[in-house]
Amino acid sequence: MAALRKMEFDGLIVGGGGAGLRAALELAQSGLKAAVISKVFPTRSHTVSAQGGITCAIASEDPEDDWRWHMYDTVKGSDYIGDQDAIEYMCSEGPQAVFELEHMGLPFSRTESGRIYQRPFGGQSKDYGKGGQAARTCAAADRTGHALLHTLYQANVKGGATFLNEWFAVDLVKNQDGAVTGVIAIEIETGNVVHVASRATVLATGGAGRIYASTTNALMNTGDGVGMALRAGFPVQDIEMWQFHPTGIADAGVLVTEGCRGEGGYLINKDGERFMERYAPTAKDLAGRDVVARSMIIEILEGRGCGEAGDHVLLKLDHLGEAVLNSRLPGILELSRTFAHVDPVRQPIPVVPTCHYMMGGIPTQVRGQALTQDDTGQDQAIEGLYAAGEAACVSVHGANRLGGNSLLDLIVFGRAAGLHIEQAVRQGISRRDASESDLEAARARLARWNDSTSGESVAALKRELQNTMQASFGVFRTEEHMRKGIETLKGLRDRIGNAHLPDKSNAFNTARLEALELDNLLEVAYATAIAAEARRESRGAHAREDHQQRDDKNWLCHSLYFPDDERVAKRAVNFQPATVPVLEPMERKY
Amino acid sequence: MQVSVYRYDPDVDEAPEMRDMSLELPEGKDLMVLDLLERLKEQDPSLSYRRSCREGVCGSDGINMNGLNGLACITPVSQVAKRGKLALRPLPGLPVVRDLVVDMSQFFDQFEKVRPYLINDQPPPAQERLQSPEERAELDGLYECILCGCCSTACPSFWWNPDKFVGPAGLLQAYRFLADSRDTAGAERLRDLEDPFSVFRCRGIMNCVNVCPKGLNPTQAIGKIRGLLVRQGT
Ligand SMILES: Cc1cc2nc3c(=O)[nH]c(=O)nc-3n(C[C@H](O)[C@H](O)[C@H](O)COP(=O)(O)OP(=O)(O)OC[C@H]3O[C@@H](n4cnc5c(N)ncnc54)[C@H](O)[C@@H]3O)c2cc1C
Ligand code: SF4
Ligand code: SF4
Ligand code: FES
Repeated sequence: MAALRKMEFDGLIVGGGGAGLRAALELAQSGLKAAVISKVFPTRSHTVSAQGGITCAIASEDPEDDWRWHMYDTVKGSDYIGDQDAIEYMCSEGPQAVFELEHMGLPFSRTESGRIYQRPFGGQSKDYGKGGQAARTCAAADRTGHALLHTLYQANVKGGATFLNEWFAVDLVKNQDGAVTGVIAIEIETGNVVHVASRATVLATGGAGRIYASTTNALMNTGDGVGMALRAGFPVQDIEMWQFHPTGIADAGVLVTEGCRGEGGYLINKDGERFMERYAPTAKDLAGRDVVARSMIIEILEGRGCGEAGDHVLLKLDHLGEAVLNSRLPGILELSRTFAHVDPVRQPIPVVPTCHYMMGGIPTQVRGQALTQDDTGQDQAIEGLYAAGEAACVSVHGANRLGGNSLLDLIVFGRAAGLHIEQAVRQGISRRDASESDLEAARARLARWNDSTSGESVAALKRELQNTMQASFGVFRTEEHMRKGIETLKGLRDRIGNAHLPDKSNAFNTARLEALELDNLLEVAYATAIAAEARRESRGAHAREDHQQRDDKNWLCHSLYFPDDERVAKRAVNFQPATVPVLEPMERKY
Repeated sequence: MQVSVYRYDPDVDEAPEMRDMSLELPEGKDLMVLDLLERLKEQDPSLSYRRSCREGVCGSDGINMNGLNGLACITPVSQVAKRGKLALRPLPGLPVVRDLVVDMSQFFDQFEKVRPYLINDQPPPAQERLQSPEERAELDGLYECILCGCCSTACPSFWWNPDKFVGPAGLLQAYRFLADSRDTAGAERLRDLEDPFSVFRCRGIMNCVNVCPKGLNPTQAIGKIRGLLVRQGT
C-alpha cells in the first residue's frame, strides 16, 4: 500500500456533537495540540435535534431542589444498573457545567425572575420520590440541543480549536502493545486517506439508532465509534439496552419531545381514554420512558390503538392553548405540521414508541478512559482510548435513560475526558508508534470495499438489517424471535463482507461512507442481539416476554460483550458513591 | 416523475451537466425531496449530496429545487415540482465540490468574521447570568438559524462580494449577539461592521427572507444593525 499522509496530535476527538465539542473546548483551553474530526460540519451533529432540555438540579423552579434527588431518580430510572459513582459525579457536577454553558451564551428560556426555565420531565421527583413531580429540565424552548450545540461550537470558534470537518474516521490504529495510537480517516472532499496519530483518542461518535427500521435518530447515527472499538477487539457494555421513546410521530419516526407531556399533554387511546392512569397511577404520562412505551404497545396489541390500522395512539396538546404551545413548543408545532400533517393546536398527534437512544456503549471510567477486562475479570484501562457521550457507557443511564440526562452526560463527561487527557499528556505519555503492519490492519476494511468487484448492494442489505432488528429486538423480546434474528444477522455478516461498492471515485464519495457505515451498523446490531439473548430477565428497556421478572440475583450487573469470541461476560455495577449513602435496589413503581 | 439532477465529479467530468433520471412515485403519499434523492441514490449510488437529521434542524441539505433554495428534507415534492418535472441543483454562487455538494468555506468564513460568540468582560457569577423573559425574547427569530446557507446563496449581493459582504446568515448572527442583554461588546461589533461592504451592500431584495426554511428574517435584522450604526454615527 502507498505511504500514508500522517498528522499528529496530543489529543484527537472523533465527533463534533455535544460530547466531542465539550471535550475539545477543554483541550483547546489547555493549549495542547488537539483536533476534532467530524464526518459532518459540527453544528449538523445529531445533538442539534435534541428538543426538550438538559436535566440538572440548578434549583431555579424549586429553590429547595437538590442534586441528590436527581441522583435518586437517575438510579431508579436506570433500574439499578447505573453506576452510582458516575451518577453522583454527573448530578453533583451538573449545575456547574450548565452554568458554564449559560456563561458561554446558551439562550435558555427564562423565568420571571430571570433564571433558567425548567420544565417537568418523566421520572423526576422531589425528596427521593416522596415529594411529587419535580421540574428539573433546563430548556431553551423545545430547541435545547440546537442551542447547546451551536453555543459549544461558537465557544470553540472563540477558543481556537482545530477542526477537521467532513473527515470520516474509518478504524482505530493499535500498536503492537494493544494501545490505541490514532485513527485512519478519509478527508471526504478529496477522498484522501490520512493516518491521524494521537496520544489520546476520544470516541464521541454518538448513537446508532439507525440499526432499527424506525428511529428518531439522524441518518448519520450509525454507531461508527462503537463499530471501530468492536473491530479493534474491545468490549461494549449493556448494548442490549435500547430506549424506545414513547412519542415518535407514526410513520415518520420524527420525535416530539417528552416536554409535550411535561407541559401537560397526555396520551389517549381510540376510546379517548387517558390510559396511562391505569398503568402508572401516580406519575401517569410522566412515568419512565420504558414504562410508557410498553403501556402504549399493550394498548395497541389489545385493540385500542387509533387510526385505520389501529397501530398508534394519540398525543393530545390542544387543551394547553395556542399561546403556551407557541412559546414553549414552537418546534413541535412545526414538526407536527410537516411530518404528521396535523396542527397540534387543534388536533392530537399520532405517535408510536420509536427507537431513540443507545444506553450501552464503550465502557469507561468516570474520567472517560475506556475499559476492558483482564483474564481474571478485573477492569483494565485501554491505553490511549477514551469515549464520551452516547457512544460511551460510563454508565449513568443503566437500563433506562431519563429524559434530559443525555445532554447532561455529554457536557459533564466530555469535560471530564478533556481534563483527564490534559493531565495525562502533561505527565507524559510514551508509547510505541504504529508499525506498517499495524496501519495495514487498520486499513484492511477500507481496502476490502475499494477492491470489491461484485456483490449485493449496500442499501438493500441495510434495509434487511434494520427490519431484522425491528422484528426481533424491539420493545418486547422473546428467545424464539431473538434466535431467529441472530441467525439472520450471521447471514448478513457474510453477505455484507462480500457486498459491492460500485462507485470508487474520490471526491465526496458518499456511497463509500455508507458502505463503511453499514459495517458499523452490523457490529452494533450483532452485539445488541447476542447481549439481549444472554440477559435472561426483564430490566428497564429490556423487556422479555419469556423472563418477565427482574432477576437481581443473577443480573444486577452490566453485560460486557467481547467481539472476538462473541462472549457475554458480567461486570459489577458500582454501588459506592463517595459522598452520599448508597441507593439500594427496590421495586420500580411510578 | 422526471427529475433532472446537476451532476459533476471533478475527477472525471470536464464540465457539469444536468442528467435526467426517472422515478416511480408511490400513490397517495407526498414524499419530501430528500426521500426522492434517497430513492435516486439507490438507483445510482454515485449521486452525492449532504443530509443528516431529515427533519429540518441540522442544515445539511440546502439545495436549489426548480429555482428555489430550501431544505430537501422538509420540502414536499408537490410544493416544488412543476408539471411532473423537478430540477435539482446545488445552492447557487458557491464552488461545487461534487453533484449537489457545495464548498461552504466562504459562507462559514463570513460567519466567523462576526465573532459569533458571546463576549462579556465581567467575570461570570457563581450561577447563571440573569436575563428577563423580555430580554430573552429579543433573541427569538435569531438564535434558531441552522447555518444552511439557503439565504446567503440566494442573495445577489453575496454572489458579487462573497468575501466582503457578510451576507444575511452572518448578519443575522451578528445581530443575535448585538441583541443579547448579556453581551458587552456591542460597540466593537458595530465598529467591525461599519465599512461600506459588510452590511451596507444589502439592497433589501428580501430573497433571503423568502427562502429561509426556518422562517427567519435576516432583512429585518440587517435593518436593525443599520439603525444601530446610524444612531452610533450621530
Ligand atoms: C430527536 C432526539 C431528541 C433528543 N432530545 C433530547 C433531550 O431533549 N435531552 C437529552 O438529554 N437528550 C436528548 N436526546 C439524546 C441526545 O440528543 C443524544 O444522546 C446526544 O445528542 C448525543 O450526543 P453525542 O455528542 O454523543 O453525539 P452526536 O451529537 O450524535 O455527535 C456525533 C458526532 O460524531 C461524529 N462522527 C460519528 N461518526 C464519525 C466518524 N466515523 N468519523 C468522524 N466523525 C464521526 C459526527 O460527525 C458528530 O459530530 C435526543 C435524541 C434524539 C434522537
Ligand atoms: S435583503 Fe439584503 S441580505 Fe437579503 S437577499 Fe437582499 S441583499 Fe441579500
Ligand atoms: S437565516 Fe435561515 S436560510 Fe439563512 S442560514 Fe439561517 S436558517 Fe438558513
Ligand atoms: S437533513 Fe438536516 S436539515 Fe435536512
